[in-house]
Amino acid sequence: MAAMTPTASETAPKPGPDDADTAPPAARARTRPRPRVWRGVVLGLGGAYFLVPLIASFVFTVHTPGQGISFDAYTALLAADGFTESLLLSLGLAAATIVLALLLAVPALVAVRLGAPRLRPVVEMMCMLPLVVPPIALVTGISTVLRWGPDHLSRTPLYQTFLAVQNESFPFVLVLAYTVMALPFVYRSLDAGLRAVDVPTLVEAARNCGASWPYVMFRVILPNLRSSLAGAAFLTLALVLGEFTIASLLGFRPFAVWIVSISGAHARMSVAVSLLSLVITWGLLLALSRAGTAPTSTPGAPRSARKARSPRTPYRTSPKES
Amino acid sequence: MSSASSTPTEETAGGHRRRRRGPRTWLAALPLIAFTGLCFGLPLGALLYGAVTRTDPGTGATTLTGEHLGRSLQGPYLGSLVGSVQLSALTALIATVLGVLIAQAVVTSRSQALRNAVLTASGVLANFGGVPLAFAFIATLGISGVVTQLADLGGLGWNLYSFTGLAVVYLYFLIPLMVLVILPALDGLRPQWREAAQNAGASGLRYWRHVGIPVLAPSLLGGFVLLFGSAFAAHATAAALVGGSVPLVTLKIADALSGNVLVGQENVALALGLDMILIAGLVMAVYLPLQRRSARWLR
Repeated sequence: MAAMTPTASETAPKPGPDDADTAPPAARARTRPRPRVWRGVVLGLGGAYFLVPLIASFVFTVHTPGQGISFDAYTALLAADGFTESLLLSLGLAAATIVLALLLAVPALVAVRLGAPRLRPVVEMMCMLPLVVPPIALVTGISTVLRWGPDHLSRTPLYQTFLAVQNESFPFVLVLAYTVMALPFVYRSLDAGLRAVDVPTLVEAARNCGASWPYVMFRVILPNLRSSLAGAAFLTLALVLGEFTIASLLGFRPFAVWIVSISGAHARMSVAVSLLSLVITWGLLLALSRAGTAPTSTPGAPRSARKARSPRTPYRTSPKES
Repeated sequence: MSSASSTPTEETAGGHRRRRRGPRTWLAALPLIAFTGLCFGLPLGALLYGAVTRTDPGTGATTLTGEHLGRSLQGPYLGSLVGSVQLSALTALIATVLGVLIAQAVVTSRSQALRNAVLTASGVLANFGGVPLAFAFIATLGISGVVTQLADLGGLGWNLYSFTGLAVVYLYFLIPLMVLVILPALDGLRPQWREAAQNAGASGLRYWRHVGIPVLAPSLLGGFVLLFGSAFAAHATAAALVGGSVPLVTLKIADALSGNVLVGQENVALALGLDMILIAGLVMAVYLPLQRRSARWLR
């Protein structure tokens, strides 16, 4: 379709000596330059709105009025109190969340494709429902449940579990909450990937060739889902690194909470960290979208060639799904 | 499922396998169902239960009451709900219009490089909510922000820590989200339709009024509702930016939860949480059917 558009508009002005000759050329002459003007204005204004805060943030971090330029805000980061601990905590939480979310979602989604299609709406609803519940509502529920621990269960072995999941050095309760919040994104990414693969046929072919179930899973299905797995993992990582609401209200201190806690005393540093987190996210997303699209043929290639390859490389990953 | 619709020989082979496979595949979905039941259903149940019951601290007796829900719809709590709805509706509306304009500019330019750049940027910026965004704007438009100082916005009465300021900040992640949502729908507008309309003598305005907008309507409304939902649920940006100076329901819940208000307000926080879920549920109930409807035009 994209290939048709230019030809259509090129051929449109040509049939000159035809019946509807008088009005259309005049109209076209007026309308033709106009789109370019409004397009330029819209893109220019949009670009300015989205670039100015980034540039201004950078200027803010390196330039102090009256003192000139220095990169202290960035160099002092590593030595800042709590920086490494909170960052490591966030990364650890993110890793645990990614593992848990994929361990839960991949078998369920593959199973639904293979032999339990009636479960499909159930699984979809389970995964998409967290979108309806704002994080702040989820955290009110979680804190209520956590309060049951000391209130009602203090004499049961369950109480130890309640204490363990709230361990200050690695609050597993956050992993549980983040996994719930990540499920919609993981589901969408994996579902898009699975849609491009004919799972039953692949599994049957592999089984007929004598492959064992673990072999089918790890050597046949998962490689086909590589880019959507990467997409799910990336979105989860971004979500966990930026998450503030649940962690702060449950009283833990991962990265986002730490940034807020230092902002009073070190305004420059907090802006510097915010900017860095954006740059890192951007880099990750670029790497991901390249990994997702690189194996497919170039945009100009014939559609049939792309279609033939698409089962191997689920084309659409996070940029459109997020 | 697909093997059943193919040739008979495959059907029998699939049938054999499915008989053995049946119960096991079902089990593979069980961990997910158990997990969401425990980690999502339980907190939600606790929220619902706490929102509609009251436990007498003396006797320990629990009674059903509408008191918390009633109180969550009065006074400052109602004000915060209204404030949240106003802010979300306003920002979602502006972002819908601006997002469509940007997406349309990208679609009509037909430049693959521009398109990729805008899509990638939108993907990143739509996720650039929360704390970092608040600080980027404090550095830009805050009291000692770079742009505020350069343009002397303070003298003009600009205040980032207000309703307007918050709206400007929210647009930063809402517009990219709208671009992501609406771009496929704009792609679905076939150029042939426009040519057909032109050949029939329709002006650009007429084309949009009778063809473009009606075809886009489900996507537009769906996008608006999605933006409303994300603005409504946003807490971190507002918390890092305005603290408590703008009445928002998320900030009120956070206050009540962290004990910044009177003792015994936790249940009102639960009731407010329930109010939010009801509003967000309503939003999704509008969004999902619309999305399915708009999908018709995209293929």
